[in-house]
Amino acid sequence: MIVAVTGIILIFFVIGHLLGNLQIFIGPDWINGYSQHLRDLGPLLWLIRIFLLATVVIHIYVTIQLAIENRRARPERYIDKSYVKATFASRHMVMSGLIVLAFIVYHLAHFTVRVTDPRFGLLKADPLGHYDVYSMMVYGFQNYYVSGFYILGLFLLALHLSHGSSSFFQSLGLNDKKLTPRLALGGRIFAWLIFIGYTSIPVAVLFGLVKPTQQL
Amino acid sequence: MNFLLRIWRQPNAKLRGKLVDYEVRDISPNTSFLEMLDILNETLVTGGTEPIAFDSDCREGICGTCSLTINGEPHGPDHPGAVCELYMRKFRDGATITVEPFRVGSFPLLKDLVVDRRALDRIVQAGGFISARAGSAPEANSILIPKYDADLAMEAAACIGCGACAAACPNGSAMLFTAAKVSHLSFLPQGHPERESRVLRMVSVMDAEGFGSCTNTYECEAVCPAEISASFIAKLNREYARAAVQRGAGE
Repeated sequence: MIVAVTGIILIFFVIGHLLGNLQIFIGPDWINGYSQHLRDLGPLLWLIRIFLLATVVIHIYVTIQLAIENRRARPERYIDKSYVKATFASRHMVMSGLIVLAFIVYHLAHFTVRVTDPRFGLLKADPLGHYDVYSMMVYGFQNYYVSGFYILGLFLLALHLSHGSSSFFQSLGLNDKKLTPRLALGGRIFAWLIFIGYTSIPVAVLFGLVKPTQQL
Repeated sequence: MNFLLRIWRQPNAKLRGKLVDYEVRDISPNTSFLEMLDILNETLVTGGTEPIAFDSDCREGICGTCSLTINGEPHGPDHPGAVCELYMRKFRDGATITVEPFRVGSFPLLKDLVVDRRALDRIVQAGGFISARAGSAPEANSILIPKYDADLAMEAAACIGCGACAAACPNGSAMLFTAAKVSHLSFLPQGHPERESRVLRMVSVMDAEGFGSCTNTYECEAVCPAEISASFIAKLNREYARAAVQRGAGE
């Protein structure tokens, strides 16, 4: 239940973050203004960050505990095991989750703390005096390895959500026999929409559809 | 039909087990899986070898005693149905078939393919009962039950307690079993006096027995011979939350 509730909070963050990021397609002024707006929140922004961090920590701590208990529940493994209904995603939530965690750490170092790419320090403010998030994202994603790792990270996030975004209904007891298969399908569609939404940004940059507004 | 069987042999809980190969020949396609094992055991006994120990009782799919994992699936490939309802015509001629016991930590292995499933009985003892007035039978129509609730209770009551749900679960969780037992009684007014204590005690005994937790993979409902739906687990979660809130509020 704790996993379900923290998971829902994180799903809302994933949706909100996607909507924020997609503003790159509207233009540099939009996304730069949006990020300035977030920074202007000041202490409130830090409150949100701490809340999200606590949510992530609880989500992971509880699931790791569960995973250890669950492994203990079957001390002798099957030699031959085949699954009838359990999906790959549902059986590998810990693995996909931990890789997503590694991705998040890199992502924060890359775009939030900005320590992995020295070029980001050279970026000048945009004409409106905001930090040029737009060009930062474009320069960031022009590197094939960086974009590749983002797409991999998002693929695993989508895999994680394809189970997680419908599974929490069951944990909270909010479904029945008829609703479960529909929610499962809806969860999978939702997860892959998230994947398409997020990856559209590095893909657009790699194809040169989105260009930086300033030269370094 | 001919088959190559790879069967788990383990003399007792302490010694290590291993898969042993056996060949069976000229098996009728209409032989049940358990009959095929009987035929194999007869040849083993004639040859002076210890026969393969496996559980079975009614052999008509209602007792929940047979408990084999065949090619990695509890009760074999013919779902829904218990192993006793599985026929050799389900397999290709000449197929290699792996037979293992139900592997769950809470079901300690006794011998070969026989495991001790009394952990499930202890879950039922914790709350799978109702308080009934002893004495003459009450008037049949004095307790009204909506048809829908009666149907759901009946569906949950179909559980034969074989433990395939826990055997199939990637986490070795007995949630489907416990959910069926809790739901069955909580849908009916006769089960209401112990409604809160039942779910809290049965879940706590289930955890204490060392079963894993549910991660909603629904593998349990796929192998259940009684077709118990995993939506009863959602019902169990609701019942548990409701009881925990009431208990927390001091009722």
